[in-house]
Amino acid sequence: MLNTYTYPEFAYVQSPEQAAGTVKRHPVVIIGAGPIGMTQALDLAARGVASIILDDNNTVSIGSRAVCYAKRPLEIWDRMGLGEGYAARGIQWKVGKVFFRNDLAYQFDLLPEAHHKMPAMINLQQYYLEEELVKACDANPLVDLRWKHKLLGLEQTSGTEDDLATLTVETPDGIFQLQADWVIAADGANSDTRRMVGADFTGHFFQDRFLIADVVITKTEFPTERWFWFDPPFHRNQSVLLHKECDNVWRIDFQLGWDADPVEEKKPENVIPRIQAMLGPDVEFELEWVSVYQFACRRVDNLRCGRVLFTGDAAHQVSPFGARGANTGVQDCDNLGWKLALILKGDAPLALLDSYHEERAFAADDNLLNSTRSTDFITPKSRASLRLRNAVLELARTEPFARPLVNSGRLSTPTPYVHSSLNTPDETPFNGSMKPGTNCADAPIQKNGPNGPESAWLLNQLGNGFTLLSFGPGALPMSVGNVTAQVLEVGKDILDTQGILTQRYDAQPGTVYLIRPDQHVAARWRAFDATAAQAALQRALALH
Amino acid sequence: MPTPSQLIRTPNIPGPDGFYEELIAAQRDLSDQQADMMLAKLVLILANHVGDRAVLSEALALARQNTLDTPA
Repeated sequence: MLNTYTYPEFAYVQSPEQAAGTVKRHPVVIIGAGPIGMTQALDLAARGVASIILDDNNTVSIGSRAVCYAKRPLEIWDRMGLGEGYAARGIQWKVGKVFFRNDLAYQFDLLPEAHHKMPAMINLQQYYLEEELVKACDANPLVDLRWKHKLLGLEQTSGTEDDLATLTVETPDGIFQLQADWVIAADGANSDTRRMVGADFTGHFFQDRFLIADVVITKTEFPTERWFWFDPPFHRNQSVLLHKECDNVWRIDFQLGWDADPVEEKKPENVIPRIQAMLGPDVEFELEWVSVYQFACRRVDNLRCGRVLFTGDAAHQVSPFGARGANTGVQDCDNLGWKLALILKGDAPLALLDSYHEERAFAADDNLLNSTRSTDFITPKSRASLRLRNAVLELARTEPFARPLVNSGRLSTPTPYVHSSLNTPDETPFNGSMKPGTNCADAPIQKNGPNGPESAWLLNQLGNGFTLLSFGPGALPMSVGNVTAQVLEVGKDILDTQGILTQRYDAQPGTVYLIRPDQHVAARWRAFDATAAQAALQRALALH
Repeated sequence: MPTPSQLIRTPNIPGPDGFYEELIAAQRDLSDQQADMMLAKLVLILANHVGDRAVLSEALALARQNTLDTPA
């Protein structure tokens, strides 16, 4: 097989605590150095919290795996200085084509909303993504990334004010123990941590298998488009997705069905003719990587089990339709980081962590709902639903009304925490989408630089704490204990020269938004009121 | 606020015999499979025309309940 990528091997280093034979206690230990674990460590570091990441391997993702990254994760990585590099390196596609049997059913243009720093989505092999995360972790003094550290056992105390977890870890130098105030399980769908704490992982709405191939198209020009086939002649009764990646690599996902034999399907003599039929006889290609991926749709009953917090696929597993796995996992980190940092500093009560489960289980259920709907369209479960599905696809050729019913996966978008107990409900009417619990929309702004006003973006101005975004003068900084919400004044600190910020936030002179450290709206008012702002900040800290 | 619309359950088609004739005639010369497909498309076309989610839910529930209540 061809290799466009050389997998790095990261050095194992014996930790001083293992060498010394002492049991040390750490604030946070993260299990798994995948995209989620490393993002979590970097987010905690930005909030001043040191963490250790343990990984049983010593390289990045094998194969392209999670290949689509959406705007919100890119915005989160942008806080860590990685977003611009990913956006520049990733592939952006605009045209999508939907095929049914032998023919094109219709094509569409994504037409993403303008005036956002980050694109609606990019395609990028997971190993490129992880490579940059590893570099950022290595460069960060608050992140201790330890390769070849395998978690063997986990025990935790419960019922005291000062609970902790004791981890038994195996390295090439033997077995040792360390302790943690908090353990973050980011060790994927087959999480050992989850098994060790005995957390229920239920759901099983459906299960399926996919054959995933990275293919290098060597000589032919092939358009940068997303192609999705329903029931194609080269793979009857199943679906196929073709996506462009970097370096002339293309990703192909063949749905196999649950009954297929993965070993047989993976053999090159079975894979290659199928890909040739799909790309056409003139296209020259070579296989780079083939894997069989199986999944079920499920989540843990509670994202917190004592001192163990579940994130990413360790917490929830969805179908691949809509790129909801890694994208939603990164948003778990975004939600958890600031809460854990405040609790570790003693600035917020443990109850704030209940909102991690409340908000992210709500988002996980929304993702499960969306991926179940996609799967029911792509894989009809009865003759009647197959007939309706095919009726939609046949109508879509000529009838625009049928096209929104075609569901080949809905791209992951953030789930607003509309019912969160941290929100303060609106007292006066607002238009637009920036309801309490919603992630802040970005907008182009101007700020003062050394040579006068310069172009910038709203999200880059929000910082790591709470912010009072004030449209015009009036707001004052608010404090609850050691937690302060700083004022960012539109018209003074930043300028809305294009009017897009004002429009996206339905702002009037005097409008104030209280924004959480994870760039989500906590509360908003038409005029600043110190008592109301204080109460809303308390509420967002679970102090009520 | 406009009052939410309700599914019309009283006779509403002018010339019912003529409509029914046309409905049957639309399936003429079709195989059973084609006729089933035509009816599926008709459901989708009419559902889009109605558009009102509450009315559609009521219609779906009525069709399902009437089917379940009818002895096989």
